[in-house]
Amino acid sequence: MDFASFLIQTLNSLQYGLLLFLVASGLTLVFGIMGIINLAHGSFYMIGAYLAFVLASATGSLFMAILLGIPLALIFGAFLEWALFAHLYKRDHLEQVLLTFGLILIFEELRSLLVGDEVHGVDIPAMFSGSIQLSEVLSYPVYRLVISAVCIVLAVALYFVIQRTRLGMMIRAGNHDRTMVEALGININMIYRVVFALGVALAALAGMLASPISSVFPNMGSHVLIISFVIVVIGGIGSVWGALAAALIVGFADTFGKVLLPELSGMVVYIVMAGVLLWRPEGIFKKG
Amino acid sequence: MTTTFKHIRNIALATTFAAAGLTSAQAADKVKVGFMLPYTGTYASLGNAITNGFKQYVAENGGKLGGREIEYYTVDDESDPAKATENANKLVKRDKVDLLVGTVHSGVALAMAKVARENKTLLIVPNAGADEITGPLCAPNVFRSSFSAWQPSYAMGEVMAKKGLKKVVTVTWKYSFGLQSVEGFKEAFEKGGGKVAKDMTLPFPNVEFQPFLTEIASIKPDAVFVFFAGAGAAKFVKDYAAAGLNKSIPLYGPGFLTDGNLDAMGDAGKGVQTTLHYADSLDHPKDKSFRLAYVKSYKQQPDVYAVQGYDAAQLYQAGLAAAGGDASKQDVVIKGMEAAKIDSPRGAFTLSKAHNPVQDIYLREVQGGQNKVISTAVKGLSDPARGCKL
Repeated sequence: MDFASFLIQTLNSLQYGLLLFLVASGLTLVFGIMGIINLAHGSFYMIGAYLAFVLASATGSLFMAILLGIPLALIFGAFLEWALFAHLYKRDHLEQVLLTFGLILIFEELRSLLVGDEVHGVDIPAMFSGSIQLSEVLSYPVYRLVISAVCIVLAVALYFVIQRTRLGMMIRAGNHDRTMVEALGININMIYRVVFALGVALAALAGMLASPISSVFPNMGSHVLIISFVIVVIGGIGSVWGALAAALIVGFADTFGKVLLPELSGMVVYIVMAGVLLWRPEGIFKKG
Repeated sequence: MTTTFKHIRNIALATTFAAAGLTSAQAADKVKVGFMLPYTGTYASLGNAITNGFKQYVAENGGKLGGREIEYYTVDDESDPAKATENANKLVKRDKVDLLVGTVHSGVALAMAKVARENKTLLIVPNAGADEITGPLCAPNVFRSSFSAWQPSYAMGEVMAKKGLKKVVTVTWKYSFGLQSVEGFKEAFEKGGGKVAKDMTLPFPNVEFQPFLTEIASIKPDAVFVFFAGAGAAKFVKDYAAAGLNKSIPLYGPGFLTDGNLDAMGDAGKGVQTTLHYADSLDHPKDKSFRLAYVKSYKQQPDVYAVQGYDAAQLYQAGLAAAGGDASKQDVVIKGMEAAKIDSPRGAFTLSKAHNPVQDIYLREVQGGQNKVISTAVKGLSDPARGCKL
């Protein structure tokens, strides 16, 4: 591999890792703070992509689709928390797995009934549809760089909200001791609802942003679900920074694995996961 | 005018066959046809197209095959190999079908072929391309109305070698159909003097192609051969165009790359050349009448899967007619099917000794949202049926 290729592969790794972070951050919040194993997280990614497809077809613009889609995803998440997940906090993980697995089947079936089983494309917004010439024959789509930029902004915003705001303080406290927070007069149910809605919206946003480059197709959520769990486990459950670091590690492992170890390309990510867990069984960023 | 004629002809045919059928012992019973196809999930639309195509032919044939009325049994195979044996047994053992038709997914079809061999049930595979079905696992009672993975890819190897391309990179998902496609391609391409610079694979159904595109740009081959299908194929073609590679390094592949997903690709697909046993603009009269009738019945355009279903019915018609409508005379039915010349919308074809179509493979190019025929890549291409002892 020459140096130019190496640099471009590094860019590929970063870009892929950042998109994975966007999906996994919602999962790690819901899993870490609320203790919910949410197998339906991939479905929210799928729903986001289909929302982008339907809304972009209706409004003619992906921007409008995302502007409309985010509040819809927040409302949808809050509704699900109120109707279903709120009843599960005191139950064990098996019941959460059953419920969320059932949700996957329901969402896929609804998707099939409402939008059909065809593969759809979403247009890249005109202003980002260009590309930058990197080498003689290779150029890099601007839209991929835009996605990376959005992911970085969101990572910083998430950090700020959780570490520096009153809401973030309540979330962290709720994570630590639910009963104590309730005793202090904070409406913990509302906090959980906000966190869950945020998790759903992050997954849906990832689906909306990725829809122009990944296409929109049945079962697309299951592809990202497994890799998201890998990231959450490597990064340390509930840690946003951990998810960021782990997503980048997975991005690099996957990209360079494909090029340097083509025979093992499917396994590299899992070998890395096994290595990290041997070194730190709680994940990279899990404290105490 | 033509339809009236056809109608009369069909009635005449049906009467002849019905008369022949009366002599057999079970003339009163209907022939049992069991569809084991995907009716839910990713491949649902393919399963429906195959079913529609089959029923289309039966309708054209006066609602009968070999002069006998047909009773359908259906099982949704969900494209799940784990449930395949159980599902096939439902049709074979419980419903005791005379003919089993299925399926799309190769892994499921391999399990079906096993059940069919063990129970000596007649099986027509209307899509799944795994080479093994008409290769090492071939059997007197197992037929295929579609293609083998080897066929379109081998044809593409010849086409690319003839174009004078020397250095090629291949990319595919690492599962049997993809690997068989790449092998078929290499066989013809290397025979024609070409060289494969690098084979790249990724696990199914992973679609993160960016590292490969960078690698392709650094190798700078004359062309790229890929096997992908469905949504993954749409994404690959789009990513390839977004990376600007389509301007300097042309992209080729078997037809699945651009079938059923052209809308999702948009402009990125323009100019991509593929090889397959069917295309959107064939000039056969048979294809035109088939398309007209299909659109009339189902209010949508037929695709290659509908053709394969249609031909499965034609194939069984040939066998049943030879046996005078008596499905229980399986030896005679099989002989009739082996000898049949199928007047398919794709162009007439016969069957090889291993029961795979010997057929023309077309070179197509994506133009205006369609797979337009450019030329016939290979005439009468027969799968080598390696490992088949028939």
